[in-house]
Amino acid sequence: MSKLKVPGLTLPKKYESNIRELRYSVYLLKHSALAVFGISIVATIIAVAVLAPYVAPYAPEAFVWQDKLQPPSLQHLFGTDDRGGDVFSRVLFGYRIDLAISASVVVFAATIGTVLGSLAGFFQRIDELLMRVTDVFLSVPSLILAMAFGAVLGRTPTNLVIALAISWWPVYARLVRGQVLVEKQKLYVEAARASGGGAARILFRHILPNSIYPILVNATLDLGAVILTTASLSFLGFGVEPGSAELGRMVADGRAYVFTNPWIVGFPGLAILIASLGLNLVGDGVRDVLDPRLRR
Amino acid sequence: MYVLRRVLLLIPVLLGLTIITFTLSNGVTNPVSAWTTDRTPPAVVEQIRKAHHFDEPFVIQYYYYLSDLFHGDWGLSHSQSDEPVLSVIRRTFPATIELATFATILQIAVGLPLGIISAVKKDKPLDHGSRLLALSGASFPVFWLALMMQYVFFYTLRLHGLPYLPSAGQVDSMVEINNPLKTVTGFVILDSLLTWNIPVLKDALVHIIMPAICDGFTGLGLITRITRSSMLEVLRQDYVTLARAKGLTERAVIYKHALKNAINPSITIIGTSFGFILAGAPLTETVFSWPGMGKWAAYAIVSNDTASIMGFVLVTGVIYVVVNLLVDVLYSVVDPRIRYG
Repeated sequence: MSKLKVPGLTLPKKYESNIRELRYSVYLLKHSALAVFGISIVATIIAVAVLAPYVAPYAPEAFVWQDKLQPPSLQHLFGTDDRGGDVFSRVLFGYRIDLAISASVVVFAATIGTVLGSLAGFFQRIDELLMRVTDVFLSVPSLILAMAFGAVLGRTPTNLVIALAISWWPVYARLVRGQVLVEKQKLYVEAARASGGGAARILFRHILPNSIYPILVNATLDLGAVILTTASLSFLGFGVEPGSAELGRMVADGRAYVFTNPWIVGFPGLAILIASLGLNLVGDGVRDVLDPRLRR
Repeated sequence: MYVLRRVLLLIPVLLGLTIITFTLSNGVTNPVSAWTTDRTPPAVVEQIRKAHHFDEPFVIQYYYYLSDLFHGDWGLSHSQSDEPVLSVIRRTFPATIELATFATILQIAVGLPLGIISAVKKDKPLDHGSRLLALSGASFPVFWLALMMQYVFFYTLRLHGLPYLPSAGQVDSMVEINNPLKTVTGFVILDSLLTWNIPVLKDALVHIIMPAICDGFTGLGLITRITRSSMLEVLRQDYVTLARAKGLTERAVIYKHALKNAINPSITIIGTSFGFILAGAPLTETVFSWPGMGKWAAYAIVSNDTASIMGFVLVTGVIYVVVNLLVDVLYSVVDPRIRYG
C-alpha cells in the first residue's frame, strides 16, 4: 500500500489497516445524509451548551415577575415562564446540565463495564458470577432500576448520575467481555505471554487497547437513550431541585400551564427531542457503517 | 424440556432482583425509619429493630425479607395512607397492563407492516420516511409527547368546538355512575365486554386512545427496524431467489416465503418493547392521570415512599421477565431450531 498521508503526523506502519478502515467508515458516514444532519445537530447543541453564558440573552435564574407568562416575542424568543424567567435562556443552560449528566453517565457506565467485563473475560473463575449479575441487571428495564437506586440514594444530580451509571454498566460489561474473549485467543496475546508479560500487563496493555473501538461506538449509540432517560428521571423528580433550569424539570414545572401557556412546556421538551434525535441519528449512521451486512 | 430449562433459569434472576431490592431497602436506607420519626425514644427504636429482625446479620434479614415477600407482606405504602403495597398493586395492576397491552397491539399493527414495506422498498423515500419515524419514536420524551397530545387533541379541539379526546382518567366518572360496572377481572375494558356494558366500554376505549398511542409510539421504531433488517436478510437468501425464479408474484414471495422466516426477531423484540412500555408507565400515567401502577410509583418517588418504589420495581421486573419467557417459548414453538439447538 502507498504511504498514509496525515498532515503533520507520520504513523507507524502497523496502524495502516486501522486507519484505512476508519477512513472508509468516515467516508460512508459522510455520504449518509441523515448522519450528517445528526452530526450537525449534535455539534450545534454542544456548542450551545458550552457557550451558553455568552450566547443566552438572560441569566437562567433572572426572574422578572412583571414579565411572567409572556408569549414568545423578539425580547423573549421562547416566551417567559410563570416566574418571569426567559425560557430560551433557560433551555440553553438546560442543555449544559443534561449533556453534562448524560456524558458522565456514559463515561462512568463504560468505565465500570470495561473494568468488570474485561476481568470477566480474562479470568474464567469470576466470569460466571459476573455474567449472572449482569443477567439480573439486564432483566429489568434500566429506567426502573435507576428509579430504585435514585429513590434510595436521594435526589441530587450526583446521585442521579450514580443511579443511572449503576443501571447502565452491564451492557458495557457484556460487550467488553465478549471482545476480550475473542482477543484472548489471538496470537499476539500468546506472544505477549511468551515474552513474560503478567496478567495485568497483557490485559491492560495488549487486549484492552485492541477492544476499545466497540466500546466507543456503543457509547455514541447510547447517548441518545441516556439523555432521554436523564430527562425522564428529572421529570419524575430525581436529580435537580424543582425550579432548576434542567430540561426535564422545566417540563415538569410548566405542566400546570400546558393549556394556557404551552410554550413553557413546549420548548424545553422540543429541546430534549432535538438533542436525542440528533444523537440517535449519529448512532444510527455509525451502526450502519459498522454493520457490513447493511453496507450492500 | 426447553420450556422447563427456561423456567428454571428464571429462579436465579428473580432471586437476584430481590437481592437488589433487599440491599436497597435494608442495607442502604435505614429500614427502621419507616416506622419512626426524629423524636421516637431510643428504646422504641430498639424494640422495632428487634421486632422486625433488623438486629440480625444480613443473611438472616434477607431470609425474613424473602419469607415476608412470599407471605404477601410487601410493606406499607405511605403515599397511599398506609395501604399494604400488595393491595395497591392488586388495585392498580389491571389499568397498567390494559394500557401496555393496547400500546403493544398498536405497535405491532403499525410497526410490522412498516418494517416489511421499508425492507421491500429499501433506500426509497418510503424507507427513509419510516426510518425517520422510527428514530423520532425512539427520541421523543414520552412525558412531553403526552402533554403535547393533550394540548392538541383535548384542549385545542375542544376550544374550537370539535370532537375531542378526554385528557385524563380511565373512564368518565359520570358514565361510570350512570352505568355501574360490575368487577369481574378488574380490567375495565375486559369487564365491560364481559358484562356487556356498552357505554362504559365505549368511554374506556375513547380514554385509552391517547395514552396507548403515546406509549406505543416510543417503541414503534424498535419493531420497525428489527422487522426491516431481518426481512432484508431473508430477501437475500437463495430460496427467495428460487421463489422469484419460479415466477411467483412479488406479493407471494414476500408474504408467503420471506415473512414466515423473517418474523422471529420481531416476536422477540415485542417482549423487550413491553418492558419499555412498563418502564415508561410512571411518565405517561402521571400525565394522563391513568389509575395504574406507574402513577402510584411516580407519586411514591415524590413522597420518598421506598416500600412502594421497591414494590413497583419488583412487580415490573417479574412481569418483564415472565413476558420475555412467554415470548421465548412462543419463539421456540415457531422455530424448532431453538428447541433442539
